[in-house]
Amino acid sequence: MLRFLLSRLGQSVFILIGVTVITFALAFLVPADPVRMIAGRSASPATVENIRHQLGLDRPVPEQYVRYVTRLVHGDLGRSYMQKTQVSTLIASRLPATLLLMAGAIFFELLIGLTAGIWAATRRGHFSDQAVMVASFVGVSAPQFLVGLLLLYVFANLLNLFPLGGYGDLHHLILPALTLGIGGGGWYSRVMRSSMADVLRQDYIRTARAKGLKERKVVLVHGLRNAILPVVAMVGLDIGIFMSGAVVVESVYGWPGIGQLAWQAIQVIDIPIIMGVTLTAAVAIVLGNLLADLVTPFIDPRVRL
Amino acid sequence: MKTARSMLLAIVAAAVMATAAATAQAAGGKMIVTFKDDVSTLDPAIGYDWQNWSMIKSLFDGLMDYKPGTTDLVPELAQSYEISPDGTQYTFKLHPEAKFHNGRPITADDVKWSIERAVNPKTQSPGAGFFSAIKGFEEANSGKTDKLSGIVVLDPHTVRFDLSRPDATFLHVLQLNFSFPVPKEEVERLGADFGKSPVGSGAYKLKEWTLGQRIVFVRNPDYWKKDTPKLDEIEFQFGQDPSVALLRLKKGEVDILGDGIPPARFLEVKNDPANKGLIVQGNQLQTGYVTMNVKIKPFDNVKVRQAVNMAINKERIVKIINNRAVPATQPLPPSMPGYDKNYKGYPYDPEGAKKLLKDAGFPNGFETELYANNTDPNPRIAQAIQQDLATIGIKANLKTLAQSAVIQAGGDGTAPMIWSGGMAWIADFPDPSDFYGPILGCGGAVQGGWNWSWYCNKDLDKLGAEADAVTDPAKKAEREEMWRKIFIKIMDDAPWAPVFNELRFTMHSPRVKGEDSWFVDPVHIPVHYDEVYVAQ
Repeated sequence: MLRFLLSRLGQSVFILIGVTVITFALAFLVPADPVRMIAGRSASPATVENIRHQLGLDRPVPEQYVRYVTRLVHGDLGRSYMQKTQVSTLIASRLPATLLLMAGAIFFELLIGLTAGIWAATRRGHFSDQAVMVASFVGVSAPQFLVGLLLLYVFANLLNLFPLGGYGDLHHLILPALTLGIGGGGWYSRVMRSSMADVLRQDYIRTARAKGLKERKVVLVHGLRNAILPVVAMVGLDIGIFMSGAVVVESVYGWPGIGQLAWQAIQVIDIPIIMGVTLTAAVAIVLGNLLADLVTPFIDPRVRL
Repeated sequence: MKTARSMLLAIVAAAVMATAAATAQAAGGKMIVTFKDDVSTLDPAIGYDWQNWSMIKSLFDGLMDYKPGTTDLVPELAQSYEISPDGTQYTFKLHPEAKFHNGRPITADDVKWSIERAVNPKTQSPGAGFFSAIKGFEEANSGKTDKLSGIVVLDPHTVRFDLSRPDATFLHVLQLNFSFPVPKEEVERLGADFGKSPVGSGAYKLKEWTLGQRIVFVRNPDYWKKDTPKLDEIEFQFGQDPSVALLRLKKGEVDILGDGIPPARFLEVKNDPANKGLIVQGNQLQTGYVTMNVKIKPFDNVKVRQAVNMAINKERIVKIINNRAVPATQPLPPSMPGYDKNYKGYPYDPEGAKKLLKDAGFPNGFETELYANNTDPNPRIAQAIQQDLATIGIKANLKTLAQSAVIQAGGDGTAPMIWSGGMAWIADFPDPSDFYGPILGCGGAVQGGWNWSWYCNKDLDKLGAEADAVTDPAKKAEREEMWRKIFIKIMDDAPWAPVFNELRFTMHSPRVKGEDSWFVDPVHIPVHYDEVYVAQ
């Protein structure tokens, strides 16, 4: 266990170094100049060069990278070019909303995915199986902004059941989380269905049935425990993905998550924010996967770390 | 008797209505404004986009301002001012009652220190160059000294600017946010975070800034201008999708659509009788144009540039954007001083354009590139231009890119043609010289500049400098005439093909009231926050 954790930690360091190098290089490869975005159209050439010098952007890129990493090691993510605020402050201000949306989205993914997947797996070949699978396919393929606007229009604007976007209590969370949950839940249900179908063919399930257990207990206790493993891995991935922000859903619902911060920073090439968000996302992906791996042995005791 | 009673009733009714109208106008109430994007900073030395520009104007005051809804200069923090006959000395008396939000009176030292701060390279102000006429600018802007010798404090309430050249735009410069006095003690206390916790002197104070969510302004109770502002509070909400904001406005949850009516829903919203009286139309100090890089063949040939001007069907492009603009004939927009009402511009004449191309030695046209911003409606406009050019034989390949990439290509001089739409800037101040220097003058035709046609006419630069040396307010019309001639001369050389001047449509909730001009103020976008009020 300890050995597993140590080796994972070692891997993570390499992943994070790789991520910083690639993001940094990409930010400088983009054919656009952050200083021009800051300076606007009426700045004199001298002003532009002054700003470039003050930001250290007149130095060679490798030197800038080394400076960045040195500061990073000291826990300093730098200051935003545009906002002049600490990047850590900006990201921290977005974290609660991002984490809340992530939790809500994963809740709906599991709710939709597990229910639909188990339902379909236990009725294989029946009409209801096909209907559920078609529905899941629609859920996966529907563009998020469309689903988002549709839910918002129907449930918030016409039926007045939810607020028209915004951030606050549980009421605000349900529609954006559901929008994300419909997409992810579609995936989960397909994975769950095939995984459950495999498990239900196993000998121990036949044994369980033979000894007279109720079908419900066979599926939900004996079957689910094994069938859910691939879904756990997917949740681990989703933690990372949602931490880097759900740009589309955030903008439809006016949800102040990390995605909006990243999107606005990309428009103006605010490199410190872009770097900060990418790093946060990378850390979250690493942690999410680690979490999924750590949880697995509790579900399936055969797995040892 | 009966008549007398009904007359009495009528008088009473009229009196009641008048009182009701008066109460409706009384100060108070709260307004909600939505925006899609966050506000980056509220530091007047740094903020330089259309969104924070007017917010900063409500938190801070400058020596000069414009009469609400107009482009007429009036003194603000200045109680009075004097210009020396040669136009190189400007002396201002400060308003004695003006105070910062921390209670300290504003002095001449604050005026001096704040402009020195904006010019100091450490501040990273994009507006430093606007102060280049002040003596000692070079030394201060290069960081050799942190003082500007050209700003002289005569007494705590009198400050004099010594200019190295007469500058007719200088009063405009003193209404730019970059010149606004900031309290030194607060800037030093807060450092770089001043932009997130600004302490100003304006009609409103910052009450709350929840990053990524909202900013709340509250009335400054100690404001020296009586009866200003009219609202108690303004809440700005961020991250709001414009179409959702529209739904919320219809429900009465929102008062002003900061980003305007979503283009895709424009006609539907505008033609809906329910919205009558809620949409105010106005002009914008904006021109949409195509630049032709005179350093890239064949646009070095004036006939080719004129042919492009004649090939573009501006009426059709205006229709494509649902008549949210009027066709343009010249670089200056109609509401800008110096605009030539009588100048008709190049006619739409594809045959004539073909003939010009033939004369220029391109009977079969040529192939080139047209750059454009990739946000709607700009790709559609660029496609229309592409089709128009194709009819005279010019094959223009479209390059629709992110804003920053288009700006880069323009400033590097690698783009033969650029459609200017979607670059998210507006005029800095309502004066023709602002439409010349950065975007048509030699000063902007440099690496990283914004003169993307790279047109540099030394004679016109000289004429422009002469016009800007006319500082006597009595000779305003003469100066405008000088600028008018410069822009018409530019049209002869045709480095641009002006396409349209955008109109502005501001939508507000029924409860927000005010004069129409406050909702389409040329400088305060989306509305003049200090002036509009809500019906109680």
